Amino acid sequence: MTTTTTTSLRRFPRFDFVSKFTATSCSSSRRGFSTTTSSSSSGGSCTEYSLTLQQQLESGSRGKSINLFSAINQALHIALDSDPRAYVFGEDVSFGGVFRCTTGLADRFGKQRVFNTPLCEQGIVGFGIGLAAMGNRAIAEIQFADYIYPAFDQACIISLIVNEAAKFRYRSGNQFNCGGLTIRAPYGAVGHGGHYHSQSPEAFFCHVPGIKVVIPRSPSQAKGLLLSCIRDPNPVVFFEPKWLYRLAVEEVPEQDYMLPLSEAEVIREGSDISLVGWGAQLSVMEQACVEAEKSLQEGISCELIDLKTLLPWDKETVEASVCKTGRLLISHEAPVTGGFGAEISASIVERCFLRLEAPVARICGLDTPFPLVFEPFYMPTKNKILDAIKATVNY
Amino acid sequence: MAIWFRKSINVSANYLKAKTGLWGLLNQRHLSPCFHSNSSSPTSLNGKNYRNPPSFFGNSTTLFGSRRFESVKAGRQEELRYDNGGHQDQALDFPGGTVPFTPEMRFISEASRERIPCYQVLDDNGNLIMHSSFVQVNKEDAVKMYSTMVTLQTMDTIFYEAQRQGRISFYLTSIGEEAISISSAAALTPEDVILAQETQYREPGVLLWRGFTLQEFANQCLGNKSDYGKGRQMPIHYGSNKHNYFTVSSPIATQLPQAVGAAYSLKMDGKDACVVTYFGDGGSSEGDFHAALNFAAVMEAPVIFICRNNGWAISTPVSEQFRSDGIVVKGQAYGIRSIRVDGNDALAVYNATRAAREMAITEQRPVLIEVQLGFLKHTLLTLHIPILTVDASELRLVVKTENALTYRVGHHSTSDDSTKYRPVDEIEHWKMSRNPIARFRRWVDGNGWWNDKDESELRGNARKQLLHAIQAAEKVEKPPLSDLFTDVYENTPSNLIQQEELLRQTIQRHPQDYPSVE
Repeated sequence: MTTTTTTSLRRFPRFDFVSKFTATSCSSSRRGFSTTTSSSSSGGSCTEYSLTLQQQLESGSRGKSINLFSAINQALHIALDSDPRAYVFGEDVSFGGVFRCTTGLADRFGKQRVFNTPLCEQGIVGFGIGLAAMGNRAIAEIQFADYIYPAFDQACIISLIVNEAAKFRYRSGNQFNCGGLTIRAPYGAVGHGGHYHSQSPEAFFCHVPGIKVVIPRSPSQAKGLLLSCIRDPNPVVFFEPKWLYRLAVEEVPEQDYMLPLSEAEVIREGSDISLVGWGAQLSVMEQACVEAEKSLQEGISCELIDLKTLLPWDKETVEASVCKTGRLLISHEAPVTGGFGAEISASIVERCFLRLEAPVARICGLDTPFPLVFEPFYMPTKNKILDAIKATVNY
Repeated sequence: MAIWFRKSINVSANYLKAKTGLWGLLNQRHLSPCFHSNSSSPTSLNGKNYRNPPSFFGNSTTLFGSRRFESVKAGRQEELRYDNGGHQDQALDFPGGTVPFTPEMRFISEASRERIPCYQVLDDNGNLIMHSSFVQVNKEDAVKMYSTMVTLQTMDTIFYEAQRQGRISFYLTSIGEEAISISSAAALTPEDVILAQETQYREPGVLLWRGFTLQEFANQCLGNKSDYGKGRQMPIHYGSNKHNYFTVSSPIATQLPQAVGAAYSLKMDGKDACVVTYFGDGGSSEGDFHAALNFAAVMEAPVIFICRNNGWAISTPVSEQFRSDGIVVKGQAYGIRSIRVDGNDALAVYNATRAAREMAITEQRPVLIEVQLGFLKHTLLTLHIPILTVDASELRLVVKTENALTYRVGHHSTSDDSTKYRPVDEIEHWKMSRNPIARFRRWVDGNGWWNDKDESELRGNARKQLLHAIQAAEKVEKPPLSDLFTDVYENTPSNLIQQEELLRQTIQRHPQDYPSVE
């Protein structure tokens, strides 16, 4: 299992995207306050120090093979190094964090810029909003996405993200913003996490205009996307697939580069069915694609799309793909009911109704709390996806 | 985590005598102060005694076994003490400090024996209280403070009436609390960043002090094109970048941890400024309040928390909100310097804020100010009396010499009729006798800095300007439809562009369904 996943992930980086990303964010107003400075910031100077992954690769600067947490760590080093007003904080980040993502940061940048906070998620997010509103890059770590989520019943973090961070710019008529805020949180299954170390709360945040939700699929993606998120002039929730922290290994350029937000990527081209996913689930989906091609005599040609940014999401890429294949399958770990797959499904049916040759399939988590011993049953596994691919193609 | 014990040789024998049972222990007089309360304690807000001995002792013998802990100082200690003779050479080294051991089983009392006193400079007659520690306010500032209070009061009165006439959708007055926002603002510099109360919105005085114009207030309340918030929020959700005043949002206490983050930024930038954030007694029950105080203490952030304890969270009295001695003691629990101040005393609020600012900036630490807005001891049954309207001229009278604390004289908001849950005579009492403006006026008068002519001129002008501001604001058109879609993100994403197009098409088909906009 381990070897398979790693191998398949290694196959992911196709690096065939041409970045349309013109670093809009990095020179945005130092002080989140000023309308004039923030509006004059587009087309800023990010590119001076930040090449795209494509450019990195074209210039032959391939990096070492590293895992996902090391890629995150590199991104954080770069973020702190390239912006003296960037801060990293959260529970246990000083010593490196429970997943080692913040290793070495406090030593290099000092405990005033990289620090532990008291154990209180609403405090971390609230503090981050205030710090960002003063024109800083506040990079907050929530130790587990699961601890964003139980905050629901205390109406704290969710309230802070939904009511405060997300509406900061809007409610002030763009007099103030907390665009420098990035909230990092490990999410998703890990094989033994049970209820509170496994969940995928992305859909909750996708219901909140004003924030961006980003999930990377691999180390090189994680580094480039995280740097984009940190430098984006909007508050971002960045979910890191904790299953891949150590498991996913690939070559990651050592330099500073950014990957575009709100751009999906076709990571495998095909003609019979489009599959859409994000984060760790993509590796499972890719295995299903490989088997689907082999399994039947004629083979099923699957197109696999990494959405990367869930909010605001790239409908056009998915729409183009579905118009080509006529079929759509969405897969995520979160429970199927009210999951983000439902939104994708509805949007694509609106746009591609006459092109669809089968109902949209959703292979997702069950509508149960995330289980411990039943995790293998709960998960949207390769064979569930494979069966759905076949059923959809043969509809 | 390093925890270890330091022990001395001569410790144990004197202290541990396992003889009698637990009830013997409880009969020891030296323990009683910890559990017994003074039944006439002023903190028993609704007359019940909440400080009865906890009942769990009845079945806790298994916890403590048959050992009896006896102290050499038994019977003499009135207050909880930690320095118990020779025992302090045994201690627990712990991150955060050394903790001595004691052979006495003492629970910390739920409250100190006396309530935290309330700092005052002026008495009800506007006379300086002897020996009061304060910094003199010069004539210019004093007159400006007074004029701003009167202007705020006039604005409240007129906007309140405008709301009652249906010209604005909602309003919320600061009546009875003018001294807090204006005096604290006067003690700050324009560089100090304000994160205003999001629950009671009673800090327009800070903006007024800083030069936000009556027209700007009116524009916001009318939600017109000139409103900086682009008509997106309800009236009184003011915000002004140029006045370092963050835009108010409605959820309670959420601004408190944000204030800590903002203060941390000032700290890192080495600014000669602090953050000041306001909240109410109800807000102190929110988790965000506790998160913020703890973060501020740990981060050593230069932030001043000003709690406006006015006795009521909409209809809930503080006796149903908390059982502590107000908010001020909570600061100490988090390791924050705190003070209780009389909110009807403009000079006390000014001085406390000034001192707090000095400490916050020079020592880089948070400070908590509880501005106590007292409550009457007796509570009468609710009378159903028509809604009270406040006439500014009424508020100029007042001569009473009772010891006074501030009080929310107005309703919580225009959506509220507080006569449903508190007696009208109580409101009237506070309105007439415990008025911060009246008290300050007497002091300013006493200095020969103000007279009746100044007063009538000020009130007349303020009234005229306000009426004009409302009329002018009403004539300004509403914000353009595009403002509905901008500022969600820095750049408008495609889904919003598409939704705007669709909406414009709908408006063209059904113009009668929509107000006219650009």
